[in-house]
Amino acid sequence: MAQVTVEREARRVDRRAGGTLADREGFLAWAMLLPSVVYIVALVAIPFGLAIAFSFSDVTAGDPSYDWAGLATFRRALADPVFWRSLSNTFVFTVVSMALIVVLGKVLANLLVADFRGKWLVRFLVLLPWTTPVALSTVAWLWTLDSIYSPIDWVLRQLGLLDGNTYWLGKPGLAMASVIAVHVWRLTPLSAVIIMAGLVAIPKDLDEAARVDGAGWWRRMLEITIPLTLPVVAVAALFGAVLTFTDMTVVYVLTRGGPTNATQVLASWAFIRGIEGGDVAQGAVIALFLFPLLLAAAVAILRAVRRMETL
Amino acid sequence: MAAEVVSAAQAERLRRRYARRHVLARTGVYLTALLAAFVCAAPFLWGLVTAFKQNRDLYNPQNSPFLFNLPATSDHVLYLFQQTPFVTFVWNTLWVGLLVVGITLALGLPAAYSLARLNRPWSGPMGIAIFFVYLVPPSLLFLSLSRIVVAVGLQDSTWSLVLVYPTITIPVSVWLLTGFLKAVPRDVEEQAMVDGYSRLGAFVRAVLPLAFPGIVAVVVFAFTLTASEFIYALAFISPSTAKGVSTGVPTELIRGDVFFWQSLQAATVAVAVPIALVFNLFLDRFIAGFTMGAVKG
Repeated sequence: MAQVTVEREARRVDRRAGGTLADREGFLAWAMLLPSVVYIVALVAIPFGLAIAFSFSDVTAGDPSYDWAGLATFRRALADPVFWRSLSNTFVFTVVSMALIVVLGKVLANLLVADFRGKWLVRFLVLLPWTTPVALSTVAWLWTLDSIYSPIDWVLRQLGLLDGNTYWLGKPGLAMASVIAVHVWRLTPLSAVIIMAGLVAIPKDLDEAARVDGAGWWRRMLEITIPLTLPVVAVAALFGAVLTFTDMTVVYVLTRGGPTNATQVLASWAFIRGIEGGDVAQGAVIALFLFPLLLAAAVAILRAVRRMETL
Repeated sequence: MAAEVVSAAQAERLRRRYARRHVLARTGVYLTALLAAFVCAAPFLWGLVTAFKQNRDLYNPQNSPFLFNLPATSDHVLYLFQQTPFVTFVWNTLWVGLLVVGITLALGLPAAYSLARLNRPWSGPMGIAIFFVYLVPPSLLFLSLSRIVVAVGLQDSTWSLVLVYPTITIPVSVWLLTGFLKAVPRDVEEQAMVDGYSRLGAFVRAVLPLAFPGIVAVVVFAFTLTASEFIYALAFISPSTAKGVSTGVPTELIRGDVFFWQSLQAATVAVAVPIALVFNLFLDRFIAGFTMGAVKG
């Protein structure tokens, strides 16, 4: 027993002194990490470089040979009014959904940390929008917002608030609202889960100490809960933003960008141009406009996480 | 004596006030819970009713959409399983998911161990860098990846997804696994090394079994990520027999303008419920994993 401890000590010293074991650790650290890094570089970094290269070319699905086209493809893409429509739609969808996702996510997170009967069932139902593949849940919404058989319309008709049909996806304003609603619906559970993780991490004794000192609910909310959860709420907001900003599934399945491109976003427009239209170069240009905002979001998330660590 | 009576009455009043407040708070919690559950589940609940409706019942705008105005029928659900390639979609999703999860663990576990335990100065930044790859969206890469897929001869093959999906699952999984591995006490592997295992042996024989629950959670998470992916699957694959659930259902069960609504909704519910059930079992572990990954160990 004593010998074991001695051996263990010896190894510890050995490692600290940079002996053979330490050398092996340095090697192992790289050898174990490298496969993942290589995979990611090969299938994320290289395609990303390729996407930039494509946007300065005239590559199409029919003629995949690479010819330098300079800024011509950019000019062609930017001259298209649909591009500008997609750009502004993307921003509108992202900002509005993000605000709603955070507020509703906070409410839902508070609910999920509370204790009540039947919680497992509520938790199961509440997580459905997030865990279901987006394409499928959007199909469910497509049916819920159907132009003739929408149950929402039926209820409104029964209440005497509506004559005929609403055509949720047929009018530009309503179609945009529908797309936003589906985004908010599917991402609120995710933001709730992120915020919940933050709520659970708040030390209970802090809240109790404040309560003992006579701080009321609002005071505790404003001076303890909100400042302590702000970083995690920021993370939830940014995740919501990134997932809305880059998503094309909801728009593609729900409206295909219609009516008359009123709900077109950058991602879906890039897909329609690049894959369905076969104009790879132009699709690459459109998709590339997603990148600057993503970068900004990544930096912001990093800052929020840093702040969380210093708390 | 009198003072005591007053204080008792006061206490009674206070107690009633708190009791009232308590009842109000509880009612609020239950109402919010009901409302949240209803809003989140409504499309699926309605889908479930729709799936068993007869055509004559469904396609009559006067009929209540929430009730069976005519007897329920399982025809459309049977149609889904027997006459459509839905079973093929499920099968494709399953085997792609399992292979991708296998690749993810094979590459991600060693990487996570390297980041969690073999303290290099770059471990922290590298972990965050890998996690940020998760934020690089498919909508930015699908065009160039589709050219790469064509170049390696995998277009229209489900194998293209096996190749590409690990780029989505590895970053998140490494993050989660790093957290779970950090949670294993260091003494465990030191003891194993004292007992004669190499560093690698200690990792495989002593650390992995202890991290097993976390690994299962990562398997579930990675699998659902692959099952939900839409853009790559839509861009790379067009033959219906090679599609998975997420692209197959919306493209193949809608032919032109003809929607097989009952079968569509049956498919949605049939996919949504099992995934959500499994996910629920592991939710607490995901939360633990995500926060642990951020903690310096």
